[in-house]
Amino acid sequence: MEHHPVSSSGPRQADQIPADLLAKIDEAVTHYPVSKRSASLPLLHLWQNHFGFIDDSGVNWIAQRLELEPINILELVTFYPWFRQEAPGKAIIRICRTLSCAMAGSYELREKFCNAVGVDPSTDHHHGLPTSADGKYSIEFVECLASCGSAPVCLVNDDLHEDVTEADIPKILTQYAS
Amino acid sequence: MKSLLLPPHAKERRVIFQNAWTQGYTPDIECYEKHGGYAELKKALGMKPEEIIDEVKKANLRGRGGAGFPCGVKWGFIKRDDGKPHYLVCNGDESEPGTFKDRYILHDDPHQLIEGMAIAAYALNVHLAYIYIRCEFPKAAEIMTKALQEARAKGYLGKNILGSGFEIDMHVHQGAAAYICGEETSMIESLEGKRPYPRIKPPYFPAVLGLYMSPTIVNNVETLCHIKQILKIGSDEYSKMGTPGDGGTRVMCVSGDVVRPGPYEIPAGGVTLGELIFDVCGGLKPGRTLKAVIPGGSSAKLLRAGESFKTKVKNPNSPDGELIDKEVPLLDLVMDAATLAAAGTMIGSGGVMVMDDTRNMLWALNNLNQFYAHESCGQCTPCREGSLWMNKMTTRMLGGEGIPQDPATLKNVADNIAGRTVCAFGEACSWPVQSFLAKFPEEFAVRAK
Repeated sequence: MEHHPVSSSGPRQADQIPADLLAKIDEAVTHYPVSKRSASLPLLHLWQNHFGFIDDSGVNWIAQRLELEPINILELVTFYPWFRQEAPGKAIIRICRTLSCAMAGSYELREKFCNAVGVDPSTDHHHGLPTSADGKYSIEFVECLASCGSAPVCLVNDDLHEDVTEADIPKILTQYAS
Repeated sequence: MKSLLLPPHAKERRVIFQNAWTQGYTPDIECYEKHGGYAELKKALGMKPEEIIDEVKKANLRGRGGAGFPCGVKWGFIKRDDGKPHYLVCNGDESEPGTFKDRYILHDDPHQLIEGMAIAAYALNVHLAYIYIRCEFPKAAEIMTKALQEARAKGYLGKNILGSGFEIDMHVHQGAAAYICGEETSMIESLEGKRPYPRIKPPYFPAVLGLYMSPTIVNNVETLCHIKQILKIGSDEYSKMGTPGDGGTRVMCVSGDVVRPGPYEIPAGGVTLGELIFDVCGGLKPGRTLKAVIPGGSSAKLLRAGESFKTKVKNPNSPDGELIDKEVPLLDLVMDAATLAAAGTMIGSGGVMVMDDTRNMLWALNNLNQFYAHESCGQCTPCREGSLWMNKMTTRMLGGEGIPQDPATLKNVADNIAGRTVCAFGEACSWPVQSFLAKFPEEFAVRAK
């Protein structure tokens, strides 16, 4: 299969795949005995969890691993809001934007989070993930996190924080500072 | 996650959460077995598959994901012995704004879901199943994966489960933050590794052509847990908990302007909307009055405080169950599928969003319009363009730039999306616009100056 040239700068992710990631990828593919293509999302998750984002070499590598064209993978990366093509901050703070959280003050909460880490609150997250200058925090408004009974909520990396108030912000930022 | 160890409210009847919300209950398999775990799977393996499907039909279990389709009828579409591979997909993509019940099952009681799925797999002659979990529940995916390993180690999953000769395995599959994947044919496309565009109907049911073009049943997390409970107490007792045609309990998720928001497991039809808000959830905040309610997830049509509805009820003086017209005020609406349908809305996924008199309806609608504009998959033109137009219009109106014809234009756009798309997202994004405009015309007219 022919591969497209790599466009991003820096070392290619596909040249730095550790053995444990390879093992996880092999294991994930076994979950789909009918069609390897079904492993596209799991492999993209594994890749992004390891590298933080998915570069062109990753798209090409996953496509080759699953015997697909690169576009079959790239069209998933660009469709699903979860996948990124640029490096995020060390901690990703996802604040729920949708109605119950908005009624509980999530717009104000997002603005306070942004101000606390020096991100311009007017930044449109559709054009890359707004990230603090020190690279520690990315802040993103996301749609319903399905925890409306404890609004407002935010998902920081893998942790859900519920009934979040302005007073919780310093504590949360410290918890994910390193 | 928030602790839910409060004793149940008098109106609650915890069936799905009978164990999970008790002190000391943990998601590991030993704890589950101590609480009667996998007893119904053992029972099921001694039954004929047809008997299980019959029990589910007689239980009047309706799907808990939103559409409310009778589960047993859906299962009945599968021809067990057609020689094709069959698949079962558990829909754990809980993303409908206002809905937050499956998250507690996935985190707190993973084995109940696995047992329900294994029973379903046996009844439907399925040997491979997937649990599709939205990736915003990363801990749930970890917990479920561990639970699957435990179940395999104990012989509840695998080649020859409990010595029955039946084979079933299942895997966790994580989504990637797209609401559309909750639509069952979109979920199947997503599972196949494709862009998750919902499939054109017919065929109307994945039971005909589903995953890998084979017969497939897609059921919601809560629905599959009810399967175990139906076998445990029997379809008779189970169906008696609900109303005719809507059996069992339902986890109602209440959020917004109430004193005690949260999930409450209540028999179908076991409370009125008024009892749910003012009794179970402790009422509104001090000094506030009720303004509006979205009764079944953000896609359900809005109801306005003070409204009343023409519904049909059984004539208590007639022996043959004759139906008579009855005017029912909003707060007396019984929370079951039939009553809410009669009121022009739906019980949907059980997500009740309560708004008090401090809420601006244009602001609330704009919030939902933004959600649908973000989540439209873009496959069908009316929805792809229309959801964006509706969002742009309410955003502009909210910014004080409305013009007099805006409400009519908004309604026109919504009317031209609903019914003209491949999947129900078209209705989902139109119904809020149509109902907010119809129920609160004065708030939209004032803005459009």
